[in-house]
Amino acid sequence: MSSWSEATARQRIAGLLDAGSFIEFLPPERRAVSPHLRELGQPAAFDDGVAVGRGTLDGQTVLIAAQEGAFMGGAVGEVHGAKITGLLERARTERPAAVLLLLESGGVRLHEANAGLIAVSEIMRAVLALRAAGVPVIVLNGGRYGVFGGMGITTCLCDTLIMSEEARLGLSGPEVIETTMGVEEFDAADRALVWRVTGGKNRTILGEATLVADSIDAFRAALVAAMQPKPLTLETLEAEHATLGNRLDRFGDMEDAVDIWAAMGIDNPQRLPLLDTDAFLQAVKGAGA
Amino acid sequence: MKIDDLLPQLFPNGYDIAFDGDYFAGQGDGVAVIGTRDRAAIGAELAFRMAGEVLRICRDHPGRPILLLVDTLGQKMSRKDETICLNAYIAHLAKCLDVARRRGHRIIGLVYGEAVSAGFLSSSLLADACYALPEAEVKVMNLPAMSRVTKIPLERLEALSETSAVFAPGVANYIAMGAVRGLWEGDLARCLQDALAGQDDPDTDRRREDGEARGGRLLACRVAAEVRGAVPNDAA
Repeated sequence: MSSWSEATARQRIAGLLDAGSFIEFLPPERRAVSPHLRELGQPAAFDDGVAVGRGTLDGQTVLIAAQEGAFMGGAVGEVHGAKITGLLERARTERPAAVLLLLESGGVRLHEANAGLIAVSEIMRAVLALRAAGVPVIVLNGGRYGVFGGMGITTCLCDTLIMSEEARLGLSGPEVIETTMGVEEFDAADRALVWRVTGGKNRTILGEATLVADSIDAFRAALVAAMQPKPLTLETLEAEHATLGNRLDRFGDMEDAVDIWAAMGIDNPQRLPLLDTDAFLQAVKGAGA
Repeated sequence: MKIDDLLPQLFPNGYDIAFDGDYFAGQGDGVAVIGTRDRAAIGAELAFRMAGEVLRICRDHPGRPILLLVDTLGQKMSRKDETICLNAYIAHLAKCLDVARRRGHRIIGLVYGEAVSAGFLSSSLLADACYALPEAEVKVMNLPAMSRVTKIPLERLEALSETSAVFAPGVANYIAMGAVRGLWEGDLARCLQDALAGQDDPDTDRRREDGEARGGRLLACRVAAEVRGAVPNDAA
């Protein structure tokens, strides 16, 4: 069992797809580098931190993008974002069985902040257009850097999120909140707290994610069961609105995720962070988000 | 510009807009208005409220255009909001706007105060067309903070921002890069009517083309097109 979190972006792709099926678009040899980083005297990458291409999963064609957390925390710049947007747009005409987004990103790359922000909004629009066309977009989040900022919003725009316990999902990172609002608002050094707020278990309990163990095989197994589109319509959004309103009313003012888990009727909620994935899923079965 | 000064200029024939704290909604001249004021931080509750208004407009007023007037310093920085997944609330607002667009509601964004990061992402950057007042401020982060985070000297950032639209705050940069279609000046009611008369296909995002044509963003268009059009034999 090879770990997802320890793998590079291309190792994740290779482990997920059928052997030898991956074909990369704009591979590193094509040198799609960020001119803005160079201008600031920063090291650049020949793929600008993301690999995009096509392959098969159990024989079905998929388009796939994988962000490389080791390069600038997977942050989105102009070229990086345009590669993902181009892939999503390609899927509208090519109509693969799904588009897989292997995300690991701190959000907008500050060195090219305006271009990164606009690029994220273009990714968001492209995801929504693809969903309207009925092609499912699935996020796999299991990297060490987690998924934050605009890519955290993008994640929640997609049909399905598959996430490991060790991964994190949020909007503002804990360090940013601590720096801006003070340590009493969010103590970013308290790792247990950070994971109770942003980790895969809390996101699963809230109904935002499907939890898997930190292995490429586990992600692959969950993926095969998740490749159906979930239409966005006025009716489905009204249902989502009711769910989110209920969550806000019941849990919006609670101090800690453990209080939320208790209010859902989970026995001994403080033990949840210690359970392995299977035991955790057993413990939260039937809990009311 | 203050919202109290802006609304009469946008709707000289009158409007019916209700304020509640930093949130407001209503209509003027048959245009639905949803907005925030006083540099509101977009938290789960505010995003939820705005999304609910979009859904209500879809239900009760099919086809009615929507004007977003969002003055925001960005997302709310809050442990409680993050705990219940703030990004899901902001994404929900984005989905509601997209479904409204596809049901025939034209969506116009006007930056009249500040537009920062996720607050901008979840509102005017999702509109069919986004405009700004000349005095509006659009940014991800100011240069001193950017200098601290990137560890690049402030003087260097300031010097580069003279020639590059890519990272420094400012409406002009966002126009050059195609994210803001243009400025509204003079007769604002007329500007609104002109914007409403335009047409945008929900599946076409022209901002890259605008950014390239205006010389502010030279790579996004080409890179996306190369990925879209890459033929596998050519790819290696």
